[in-house]
Amino acid sequence: MTQPPAIEFDTVAYGIGELSAEFTFERAPGTVTAILGPSGAGKSTLLNLAAGFLEPRTGRILQGGRPVNGLPPSARGVSMVFQDNNLFAHLDIRTNIGLGLDPALRLDAGTWKKVETALERVGLAGFGRRQPASLSGGERQRVALARAFVRRRPLLLLDEPFDGLGPGLAADMLGLMLEIRAEVGATVLMVTHDPDEARAAADQILLVSKGRIAADAPAEGFFDRHDLPELEAYLGRNAGP
Amino acid sequence: MLTRSEHRASTAGGVAALAVIGLALAVPVMVLLSQGTGTGVSASQGAYIARITWFTLLQAGLSTLLSVGFAVPLARALARRPSFRGRRWLISLFAVPLGLPPLVAALGLLEVWGRNGVANRGLALFGVETPFSIYGLSGILIAHVFFNLPLAARLILPGLERLPPEYWKTAANLGMGGLSLFRLVEWPAMRRSAGAAGGLVFMLCATSFTLVLVLGGGPAATTLEVAIYQSLRFDFDPGRAVLLSAIQIGLTLAVMLGLRLISLPTEAGDTKGGATSRPDVARGWRSLPDVALIGAAGVFVAAPLVAVVVSGLAADLARLLTDALFWRAAATSLAIGLAAACVAVSLAGLMVRARFSVGERPGSPGLGLLSGLAAAAGSLTLLVPPVVLGAGWFLMLGGGAGQLLAPLSVIVLINALMALPFVMRVIEPAHQGAMERNGRLALSLGITGINRIRQIDVPALLAPLATGFVFAVALSLGDLGAIALFGSDRIVTLPWLLYQKLGSYRTADAAGLALLLGAATMALMIVADRLGNRSGAAPLAGRQLR
Repeated sequence: MTQPPAIEFDTVAYGIGELSAEFTFERAPGTVTAILGPSGAGKSTLLNLAAGFLEPRTGRILQGGRPVNGLPPSARGVSMVFQDNNLFAHLDIRTNIGLGLDPALRLDAGTWKKVETALERVGLAGFGRRQPASLSGGERQRVALARAFVRRRPLLLLDEPFDGLGPGLAADMLGLMLEIRAEVGATVLMVTHDPDEARAAADQILLVSKGRIAADAPAEGFFDRHDLPELEAYLGRNAGP
Repeated sequence: MLTRSEHRASTAGGVAALAVIGLALAVPVMVLLSQGTGTGVSASQGAYIARITWFTLLQAGLSTLLSVGFAVPLARALARRPSFRGRRWLISLFAVPLGLPPLVAALGLLEVWGRNGVANRGLALFGVETPFSIYGLSGILIAHVFFNLPLAARLILPGLERLPPEYWKTAANLGMGGLSLFRLVEWPAMRRSAGAAGGLVFMLCATSFTLVLVLGGGPAATTLEVAIYQSLRFDFDPGRAVLLSAIQIGLTLAVMLGLRLISLPTEAGDTKGGATSRPDVARGWRSLPDVALIGAAGVFVAAPLVAVVVSGLAADLARLLTDALFWRAAATSLAIGLAAACVAVSLAGLMVRARFSVGERPGSPGLGLLSGLAAAAGSLTLLVPPVVLGAGWFLMLGGGAGQLLAPLSVIVLINALMALPFVMRVIEPAHQGAMERNGRLALSLGITGINRIRQIDVPALLAPLATGFVFAVALSLGDLGAIALFGSDRIVTLPWLLYQKLGSYRTADAAGLALLLGAATMALMIVADRLGNRSGAAPLAGRQLR
């Protein structure tokens, strides 16, 4: 029995002219895809289209075989983690996570318990009453992962979430993200500009260049390929003789 | 970086400027106090004063509630719609009342909301027989909301626009509805600035003079400021004026102390940047409430402005422009404005220089006091409103009847003091920056003293000095508060002339005058704003209204 793809872009076009983008790809459930490409290539556009923050001009977006065009972001089965400002700075940690369970924050004791469990899961037990500003950047990203963890949405979108954390911390966070993904059973699309991160975490690669998908390939051995001019350019390997 | 003798000169200049301001404030207050002693308060007078005080507080409180109460949803709607056609234009429109002479605005409001105005004719179409009256409390409230709703919205909006775009994406992703988003995200971001805007609006409305004078209806709708004016101008009852002035000063003092607690927002309307899209906000027909709110606010603010232009153009401008009295009033207004601007810029320059000099020599308590006083001088002029200042001088000059130079000097002085806080706010940061850039170089080249001021400091500060100057001229040009007590057949300014025409029901002449006065003031304000933008200081930000 074949499952429908967790996420599918069917000639999804956005914008016109120089900045236009068009994407076609699909991903099986449970996969981890790294989206690579130079800045301004359309990586974030792709993620924003999947999240529902942008509406495509034409084309269809399907999640688990279900068309989601026109659905508001909250109805799409998507969790998202940004590079920064994932937490409302004036709300404490448990409230920030609790909003993932009920956006109107009508939580009973049982749900608050879930929040505590999620905090334990990301190694921040007892941090519930603290303000985001009192946490380090890495700790704040852990809270964002905890929120994605309690939400248990089938699609997890990450927009350079471990950027600026330093290599050791980024690797730890990547590991945590992979564990949480496995427990939730989510499919991951992760924008990154770090080939090492892609190598370490991803099964598959989407190389985006000038609003198009230049390569859609397994991560295994991807960075050893020399047949992709966009990859050569991206990695700066085509320095000539 | 100043030399020893430059430090001495700066300190002396600062002391001199403070002395002038101190005298200008203290003399009228002393006169009021000395006149006031011995005048007992009869029971009927006590009831009158209590009623006036109550009405002052009531109208200020209601004006604040209405202004901020509408500004919060309006700012929210504007933040929710970051890119609609005409948005920048609309936000610029919201700055216009800040620069408009209250008297001109009052005329526009009368055209729209008056007995034969657009609003009442509209109501008549729907069969509403009793026309809405702009005179009395309702008119005062409309006028105050016209001035302060846009001000408050411009003060509150940046707090929302500063929030990172990820907030709105997260809200959309989590599915936070409008209500929980308001409760958990938007209101916390607006709360501080809304509170501060409320305090500012209350202060402005509690000391509002011109609008109440024109729209207030008799003793039932009179504020302290207008009652002071009436008791001197019509009843010549100095004792009552003194009592009212004391209450007014006590009231503004209390409000100012209260404002200290909630810290005033200083900059209005940096509306650039922020999120360019709001994925959490619904489109299509569900944007109707926001569109309706923004549209209604736009019409509310624009209609009186349009009315001023339309009725002004319908007036016989050609005849008005050949009227000798008009030209005399214009010349007087301009002379007063130029003189007031000279005084304000000089005082501000001296105090800014002295504060800079003190800042370079920390540790001396005496100098620290000088610096603190110079900084407070601006607020002091808010504490003693122009009408109260004028009342003191009025009593000292024995009503000023038959005199020319003395009343004119007092008007110039009061207008200069009104502009002072804003002029200082424009000059001070620019001066600080220029000194940091040029200070050492000037010293190393041996350019000191008057040479340095002439060749380095003044040229470097030309733009902010010009901004402050033009702003002070514009403020003075539109002011009725200082002239109201001293206006006579011999001393006629444009606002005074306009007020007379309004009082004698020469509405066509008044409309023409209002257009000319409004256009001149707005042109100056725009010039000041442009100059200020170039030098990085906008005087319009959070200016006071009278």
